[in-house]
Amino acid sequence: MHSSAQSGASRYKLQIVGIISLFLSFIFLFIFNNFILFALFLIIFIVLLAYNFIKITRKLYDALGTRLMLFVTASVIFLFLLLVAVLINGSLNILSEESLSDLLVSSTWKPFSGEFGLFAVIIDTLIVTAISMLIAIPISLLSAIYIAEYAPKKFNKIIRPFIDVLAGVPSVVFGLCALLVFVPLIRDDIAPFFGSTLSSGFGLFTASLILSIMVFPIIISLCLESFNAVPIALKEASLSLGATKWETIKKVIFRASGPGVLAAIFLGFGRAFGETIAVAMVVGNQEIIPKSLFGPGQTLASLIASNYTEVSSIPILASALIFVALILFVVVLIFNLLGYLVLRRASKRWSY
Amino acid sequence: MNRRNLEEKLFLGLMLASVFIVMGSLILIVTVIVLNGVPSLSIEILTQTSEGSFYLGAGGGFLNAIVGSLLLALPATGLAFLAGIAIALYLQKDFLRSSIANFIRLCLDIMWGIPSVVYGVFCLTIMIAIGMTGGSLLFGIIALTLLEIPIITRSIDESIKMVPIGLKESAYSLGSTKFETAAKVVRKQAMPGIIAGVLLGFGRGIGDAASILLTVGDSNYFPSSISDQTAALPTMILNLVSMPDQVVQNKAYAVAFVLLVIVLLISIITRYLTKKSSKHIIK
Repeated sequence: MHSSAQSGASRYKLQIVGIISLFLSFIFLFIFNNFILFALFLIIFIVLLAYNFIKITRKLYDALGTRLMLFVTASVIFLFLLLVAVLINGSLNILSEESLSDLLVSSTWKPFSGEFGLFAVIIDTLIVTAISMLIAIPISLLSAIYIAEYAPKKFNKIIRPFIDVLAGVPSVVFGLCALLVFVPLIRDDIAPFFGSTLSSGFGLFTASLILSIMVFPIIISLCLESFNAVPIALKEASLSLGATKWETIKKVIFRASGPGVLAAIFLGFGRAFGETIAVAMVVGNQEIIPKSLFGPGQTLASLIASNYTEVSSIPILASALIFVALILFVVVLIFNLLGYLVLRRASKRWSY
Repeated sequence: MNRRNLEEKLFLGLMLASVFIVMGSLILIVTVIVLNGVPSLSIEILTQTSEGSFYLGAGGGFLNAIVGSLLLALPATGLAFLAGIAIALYLQKDFLRSSIANFIRLCLDIMWGIPSVVYGVFCLTIMIAIGMTGGSLLFGIIALTLLEIPIITRSIDESIKMVPIGLKESAYSLGSTKFETAAKVVRKQAMPGIIAGVLLGFGRGIGDAASILLTVGDSNYFPSSISDQTAALPTMILNLVSMPDQVVQNKAYAVAFVLLVIVLLISIITRYLTKKSSKHIIK
């Protein structure tokens, strides 16, 4: 099959390289006493020797390539399972010291006196995530509808890159902007307006605001995908019956792409729930349930970021933080699975 | 009739307002970082490494953080790309039953959703278990690789799904093996997706702070081996901004400006390269 002239010439060259590398390996072993280079050249020699005898056919190439792809796929799945195993194994330590109900119901987080109550942090996390989703969902949905149905083509060419870039902005930059813009704004204007004059600007509401901006691009781009998947005939049928554009959107497009929108919201929720750095920079980092929304708090993810430095001095703290990471993982897992199930059921019911 | 039109007008107004908020937030972020970052930017801050107590106001620059970030994100992206392209090609119907492939896709989607801090905790746990303290370049790379694998894989996978079946069939009919078809025909056809995925992953990796924060530590020098601690742009921003001194804090904006410029550049390069490479694919 192979062109024999080319293979003959290159084989001749390879044989020379093989002999030279065997020679070099002996030099490094006996003259320089360098075992690493000895081993390296010996391996080159052996590979070339093997190559000389085994004819690499296209079938062997195919089998090797396929096995390699299988190996890589299997090892990534293995890494994923290893991650789960490490998180569970790491949290066993704290779970044997304190009962699960203590961890989840008590709200005193004092690592130095061995108290790891997560209740306040969990409530704060839920509040922050809920507010950020309340802000993000309507704005993202309305923007996505506008981009998909109303916007002129020229405008779309401008806004699409905007959304891509917004999705790529690092979370630490979001956090920095929140520090510079939202913290003073909330301290000086918004919090006093709502009657809490003592707010420092660092608090749950500040974190929610920046989180909602971070979630926009995720929900918008996923919604756009499912809006664009709605067949044009459905829209035209509705319009031809005399419905206005908005009525068509409300009654046809929203229904047809509802599961996609729901899945987008789930994914956005997961992102907001697990965001660490931007939140840690502005949330105030106190493990309490604040009396007002503008008071300082702590979310599960930011708890890890603000406590990890003490891990080496308090061994049990490491286990507690791994347990927190496990909670984050499980919640994100559940929301991803929900999104997946919604989409799968939808694809069965809505088969155009 | 009037009421229906009124409702349409009302919602159109709300939509325009929403789009304005979304676009405005990006404009706000870029303006704030540029306005605050550029004044504290200088040639020496970009070309020197940090001096002794950089966080307490000492001189020097953050070249060590720029190099550190590149040393973290480039190998991680390389590894994630190698894994990603192998997995994405293997997920085709030619190699795997689609039920198994869909399960692997679900796993990858879950990996995509996992907060980056969890990858940080994973690596930190292993570091504690093997008795390594303070952080190392190696574990930063591992954390970022794990973070980037699902992003790159799914992006390549989506563009492989678009490869026309006729193209594969003609490759088979000419006698090429499965692996040859995947590695030569499908790979070339999926090139725009591969480029977009790799650059997307790189942008994510270089900007991620949570996984790096837990794994790489800090250093004023260039790392000389993979077990060294290293500085990185996102962690340096965090360290600088937590200092009380205003002059030191201002340096954080300069670092953030550099990071933002890198991310914007990646986004522009992605657009340019995907456009250029999609000229050569068969439609």
